[in-house]
Amino acid sequence: MSHAISRRLLVAAAAGSALALSFAASAQAEVKLNFLVDNAPATVKASEALAAAFHAKNPDITIEVESRAAGSEGDNIVKTRLATGEMTDVFMYNAGSLFHALNPPQNMLDLTDEPYQSDIMDIFKSVVSENGHVYGAPYQTAMGGGVLYNKKIYAELGLQIPKTWADFMKNNEAIKAKGGVTPVIQTFKDTWTSQLFMLGDFYNVLQAVPDFPQKYTANQIKYATTPAALRGFEHQAEVFKAGFLNEDFGSASYDDGLRMVSKGEGAHYPMLTFAIGNINENYKDYINDVGFFALPGDDAAKNGLTAWMANGIYGYAQTEHPAEVKKFIAFVASKEGCDTQTEAVGAIGPYMTKSCTLPADVPPAVKDLVAYFAEGGKNAPALEFLSPVKGPALEQITVEIGSGIRAPLDGAKLYDDDVRKQALQLGLPGWE
Amino acid sequence: MMTLGKKGSRRGLAAAYPTWFYLPAAIVFGVLFLFPTFASLFFSLTRWTLFQYSFIGLDNFRQFFSEPFLVWGLVNTLIYAVVTSGSKVVLGMLLGILLTSNVMVRGLLRAIVFFPVLVSTIGVGITFTMLMHPTNGLINDVIAVLGMKGPAWLTDPRFALLSVAFVDVWKGVGLATVIYIAGIVSIPSEYYEAAKMDGANALQRFWNITLPLARPATVTVIILSLIGGLRSFDLIWAMTKGGPGFTTDVVASVIYKQYQAGFYGLSTAGNVVLFVLVAAIVVPLSFVLNRKEVEA
Repeated sequence: MSHAISRRLLVAAAAGSALALSFAASAQAEVKLNFLVDNAPATVKASEALAAAFHAKNPDITIEVESRAAGSEGDNIVKTRLATGEMTDVFMYNAGSLFHALNPPQNMLDLTDEPYQSDIMDIFKSVVSENGHVYGAPYQTAMGGGVLYNKKIYAELGLQIPKTWADFMKNNEAIKAKGGVTPVIQTFKDTWTSQLFMLGDFYNVLQAVPDFPQKYTANQIKYATTPAALRGFEHQAEVFKAGFLNEDFGSASYDDGLRMVSKGEGAHYPMLTFAIGNINENYKDYINDVGFFALPGDDAAKNGLTAWMANGIYGYAQTEHPAEVKKFIAFVASKEGCDTQTEAVGAIGPYMTKSCTLPADVPPAVKDLVAYFAEGGKNAPALEFLSPVKGPALEQITVEIGSGIRAPLDGAKLYDDDVRKQALQLGLPGWE
Repeated sequence: MMTLGKKGSRRGLAAAYPTWFYLPAAIVFGVLFLFPTFASLFFSLTRWTLFQYSFIGLDNFRQFFSEPFLVWGLVNTLIYAVVTSGSKVVLGMLLGILLTSNVMVRGLLRAIVFFPVLVSTIGVGITFTMLMHPTNGLINDVIAVLGMKGPAWLTDPRFALLSVAFVDVWKGVGLATVIYIAGIVSIPSEYYEAAKMDGANALQRFWNITLPLARPATVTVIILSLIGGLRSFDLIWAMTKGGPGFTTDVVASVIYKQYQAGFYGLSTAGNVVLFVLVAAIVVPLSFVLNRKEVEA
């Protein structure tokens, strides 16, 4: 359509109309798209590499990368910019529950009929869709929520990767007995890091209660009254009670945690695997000492990984250049897009585009992670991708449980109250 | 008759300028103050996602008051306001007396006491967070030299709130001191001379002259620091973010967290509650304190 118009204008220009000539010039002029991403160094680096690679292929389209805060502050920036009509042409944002809170049909370009969709994994499409329409394409890689561990300590003490919670605690006991090394690293200065025991245990919850997400969304099941769901909270209290934590767990930061597990000051750090990218950046010399395993549950036969989907890249519904935006998103979701990202920041997990591959020389922790996604590997999406209900106060509650301030059952009850607000805000049925 | 006269004089004042002269200020006031005030009252009655809202009556207020952390937040807010306000009165008064005496390099000392007031609150918060680190902070290093083990100042729920309050006092006492200096300097020296003649000792002079005559300064310090304490947020957020868990949450941080979570209607309702709370404490207090001043 726009093609036809510009051709008609060119004809008019050939006829000698000065007015049409100026229109034709503007139609051929460069298009500039703004691309809003979070300000994690790896994200900015990958985004700028994508912008440059895309511009090299399409010299008439320039992508300008703009960064914003991450976390809940970033959520507010995105929501405010959408509400005030100030959103950039393209933006990166979470998939799953946070995606649904943005009112996608009103705010995002519909990408359902894009040709590349057949190359995208169905599991990813399910977390960026609403009412059967797909609004996002994958950006960056999928992650796992589990335990980063120091391989040197494991080799030195002859420990095995634990497949059950009891084995995990036995390993901790052995590490504590040896002395000088912290068995479990916790870093509550960055409160979000306290949630892993609970959120990363969801694969195990799902094994015990397969319809937990549906019932949870419909207000028919609770954390406090479901023993399998309560286990994550209880585990966190157990490691505190056993004295397995670093002395400064209340004041240590996320970066302290990465340093401790990389350099072997601590053995286990419950974390999301995107941290491998940060270790690669800050403690590169130690990257081969770090491995990864899923949080173990009660049954060794049912051991598997709680997986976090890749982020999404979305087009703003009110952009002036929808065709160019779609072209850029298609590039990001293509094999070429994946390779550009791998080249820029290294591969830290599996891509959600089927034709994308990882290089052979990925760090050991990434190898451990990819095994859970490979044939025969077991994984399930985290709850936030299966249900829009997630309470905002979870990180404070898990800090309290993990510091022995609050009992697990009490914390679970508090969290059940907390999610009610989110459900009401989203207008879900069954919560009024 | 009286009221008529008053009305007349007010009208006389109004006529000092033509109407158009008031317009710029009126527009600024209307757009930036009146409209947001009424808009926030309205949105506090809605469930609001920024994209759409639905009217839910007083549900937000019901929710806000059943918030498990809110009761804690209210208690913490009051503790924090009373502790910081009280400490600033006592310390500010003592420092004010010291710095109005003939102490050496008085000007320099006055500047030093006032200096923390000028530093950014967030900067102060981050600095003290490092000083108060349990294992490699300077404060506990010093305590360790004395052969004792210092507590986890900001992460032990028993100490966290008071640690932040201490920093607030350190940062804010300079302003209270300056107010007291102004108040004490304005007391005529004849009173002290007369009291000395009558044989009053230092304590008696303080109790019977300085304290009552510095009353306007005390009222100002109490009201300013109490309002500051009730709506305090930046220092707490920089140092503990309301943590560990919810142990140092104050009303303002509870409101901020609701906003962060995207509960815009709920957090607006919280702001209305905070407004009413501050007004309910400060208006009567200011009335009582000022009336006594007139009597004195």
